[in-house]
Amino acid sequence: MKSLRRFFARLANSATRRAHNERISEEIEEHIALQTAENIRAGLSPDEARRQAILKFGGREAVKEDYRTQNSLQWFENFLQDVRFSFRVLRKSPGFTIIAIATLALGIGANAVVFSVLNALILHPLDVPQSESLYQVMRGKDKAGNQSFPDYRDLRDRNRSFDQLVAYDAAIAGFDTGGDPSSAWVELVTGNYFEGLRLHPYLGRLIHPSDEHGPNSAPYIVLSYTYWHVRFHDDPSVIGRVVQVNKNPFTIIGVASPEFHGTLVFFFPDFFVPIVNREQVEQKNAMDDRGKRWVFSVMGHLKPGVTPAQATADLNSIGADLQKSYPKEDNDMSFTLAPPSLYGDYLGRPMRAFLTALMLLAGLILIAACTNLGSLFAARTADRSREVALRLALGAGRLRILRQLFTEAILVSLVGGAVGLSGSVMLVRALSLWQPFTKYPIHLQVNPDANVYALALLLAVVSGLIFGAVPVWQILRTNPNEVIKAGSSGRAGRGLTLRDLLLVSQIAICALLVTSSLVAVRGLLRSVHSSFGFEPQNATLADVDLSMAGYRDDQMPAMQKRMLDAVEAIPGVESVGLVNPAPLYAGSASAVVFTDKTTDLRPANAAAEVFLYKASPEYFHAARTMLLSGRSFIWHDDKDAPRVAVVNAEFARKIFGSVTGAVGEYYKMEDGTRIEVVGIVEEGKYHSLTEDPQPAMFFPILQSPSSETWMVVRSSDAGANALRANHDSQQLVPAIRDTLRNVDPALPVYVQTWTKELDHALFAPRMATLSLGVLGMMGALLSVTGIFGMAAYSVSKRLKELGIRIALGAQRKEVLQAALGRAFKLLAVGSAAGLLLGILASRVLSSVVYQATPRDPVVLAGVVVAMLLLGLVATWIPARRALSIDPATLMRAE
Amino acid sequence: MVLKTLDVLGPLHGYGIARRIEQISGDLLAVNQGTLYPVLLKLEQEGVIVSEWGASENNRRARFYRLTREGRKQLQVETQDWHQTAAMIERFFAAKAEDLP
Repeated sequence: MKSLRRFFARLANSATRRAHNERISEEIEEHIALQTAENIRAGLSPDEARRQAILKFGGREAVKEDYRTQNSLQWFENFLQDVRFSFRVLRKSPGFTIIAIATLALGIGANAVVFSVLNALILHPLDVPQSESLYQVMRGKDKAGNQSFPDYRDLRDRNRSFDQLVAYDAAIAGFDTGGDPSSAWVELVTGNYFEGLRLHPYLGRLIHPSDEHGPNSAPYIVLSYTYWHVRFHDDPSVIGRVVQVNKNPFTIIGVASPEFHGTLVFFFPDFFVPIVNREQVEQKNAMDDRGKRWVFSVMGHLKPGVTPAQATADLNSIGADLQKSYPKEDNDMSFTLAPPSLYGDYLGRPMRAFLTALMLLAGLILIAACTNLGSLFAARTADRSREVALRLALGAGRLRILRQLFTEAILVSLVGGAVGLSGSVMLVRALSLWQPFTKYPIHLQVNPDANVYALALLLAVVSGLIFGAVPVWQILRTNPNEVIKAGSSGRAGRGLTLRDLLLVSQIAICALLVTSSLVAVRGLLRSVHSSFGFEPQNATLADVDLSMAGYRDDQMPAMQKRMLDAVEAIPGVESVGLVNPAPLYAGSASAVVFTDKTTDLRPANAAAEVFLYKASPEYFHAARTMLLSGRSFIWHDDKDAPRVAVVNAEFARKIFGSVTGAVGEYYKMEDGTRIEVVGIVEEGKYHSLTEDPQPAMFFPILQSPSSETWMVVRSSDAGANALRANHDSQQLVPAIRDTLRNVDPALPVYVQTWTKELDHALFAPRMATLSLGVLGMMGALLSVTGIFGMAAYSVSKRLKELGIRIALGAQRKEVLQAALGRAFKLLAVGSAAGLLLGILASRVLSSVVYQATPRDPVVLAGVVVAMLLLGLVATWIPARRALSIDPATLMRAE
Repeated sequence: MVLKTLDVLGPLHGYGIARRIEQISGDLLAVNQGTLYPVLLKLEQEGVIVSEWGASENNRRARFYRLTREGRKQLQVETQDWHQTAAMIERFFAAKAEDLP
């Protein structure tokens, strides 16, 4: 308490120092005057009286000094002094300062960017009340999020652990407020959804359990705040308005609160409708079909006091019971819980793994930056050994000198941190505005918050302390007498010094980064040039969902035929095929198949789970999918004809054992239908670019109608050069849109070139490659500055020695060897270590990058060449300097 | 000592305090008088004394120091502490070997 008061008094006094100096002087004067008067009264002569008074008082200046010390904050003033001095020193060597700040800005900026994303996607809780107790239910070994509605109903009604168990399904639907149809993303939610998530409306009311009275009984819409803002311009009178969803009237009853945008962090639905009206939105009811697992997600808040483990046990006992009661539909009914924000573990796990790996790499970058700066600082301290020695000789404490050096280091790191942080904030802002998938409402909302700023500050201070600590030993060891006597030549370090170790580890880290980025780039190139099983160049995709305009199943084939004919008539179109879904597009469908001999058709006896596509006769031609044998569909493969399918080669191998002779064979579906194989096509990529060959089958659209319609439009000048052809297919986009509008104006259409559409499939590997590439570049930059610093330093240290060698007739080669041999040796050792680490790390990489292996000769050679080039770039200037030494001038200068 | 002096004599300037201490200690404590001032400043910062400008005996501007209520409290505490310490040391010196059990 007392010391605190003293502290404040001193702080105030620091500011009013002058007034205090006057006060003490005046008091001393007065004191001496009084003593003098006293002495005169005692009988001394005035001069002698004053002399005695002064003597008795003691050293006036010493008292004043004491007084000042008492009056001010010594350490604080020293600190300010250090800061001022550091500024002056740093300004005197701008090259060093700029390199140091840039290095740190890179290191801290990279960390801030990665951490912002990590923070936003993983650490930041979902914007719903009490999100910590909200869990999603994942089913089975694969931790699948989707459930069937009867299963959900059983879990909801029989569990004793959840407050409320809610469910939703996501769908795309046509939304029409009158003459302006567009497609929008809908969440079909159970009646207890908003109540179970503890949400309140912004306007009107939310969907309530009492709204549910059987199928299609609750035609109500709750808008998301953003959609209300964008589509209705914050108009409060929308409540009560009737709009069309897939040509069915729905009443808007409310607007959700601004923070709420669904329970996935990146997927923002436009509005919510009750799940009981599913038939109007998704044309299917399936509310009582236990085998159809269409419910996208089931989640709920745990009751107070219930642990996730208890809840899992509770769900599992219900699951075991269900499995016994419904052996045909329900198997593998074990459950796990996970936070819903990244769709449980489905996205959560790879995302966490990827971001953690990225964070580690960013951390490595920062460590590399620190070692780099550490060796730079050490070199600088060595150059300043004279200054340090002089200050020691003048009586400065070693602690004081160290403090000054640390001040310098932290100053640099704070400025670097500020630069890096502002750069990363700009980058992250851009990232938040960026919408990689135009068709999906996907937003990466990354807003740097206090966590990010705190981390950046912490990193800055810690890295300042780390690289500031490198020269400590040097200072402590400095012997002023020796240094001043010896002059600036110093000793050329022979043994392995700390600096060398730092440099080697830094180069190793950089080589690791370069290796992984090369591996990633190679993987990406390979995946782009691998065979998709179709040719996206010169093709355009048009996506139409007939149900959005209210078509029924029996009307669809005729309408699709009309659309195909209309588009085929557009000039410049060579052929048009229809497929659903488009391969390599989110939402691939699959089904289990059985060999023809199987009689017990339960999932456990299935021969394979295969991708399922529905296609028109011309699809394979339009997509340029090669027909290996048999025939494609014809328009007579309709409802009255026997069921047929075209399968891919992998399917044939898996079910029939070989490709030859598979045509004409039969297989069975889960419902017992026998299907004849009429044609075999080549394999392609269906779900992701990194997948192994997968079995797939195609059904004719006339036998399995589907409302979702992807038209593959092949433009005719495929023979022309790629650039022009691409341009032409770009021009086809508006033509196709107009044509389809003419066929039915109520139909929302989405048209895009196929190559653009594929960007979605390539998104993940591209992002991975981009981030690894950027990190690799940073690593390379850092190793250049590191080697440059080391080489430049060793050349300048040994100028005299090199001068003597030249004077004695050393050849250029020998000079270079003497000057830079060490740098290259360190480079070689570091690169080899980094390459080795890269090979060890390839297992992590292979989870994101297609066929990632650093044991690829191109990658190995690439790394070696890259590191050599880096070495050359970094040592170029020091080498020039070493070669241009003029012994005569040098000798004179000393 | 400073506090006790101010307690007995009331507000006093630096010279007065120095003189008083000198007199009481019977010139045994003949330290440099200047060392008093940093001590006064410390006490002032701690809030046990306050100072203000006033006129000295020969009508010159001088700084007068005065005890605060808190200072008085501290003086009491310290006096008590001192008496205890002194009494204890006194007993140590008074104790003889044969007194010990």
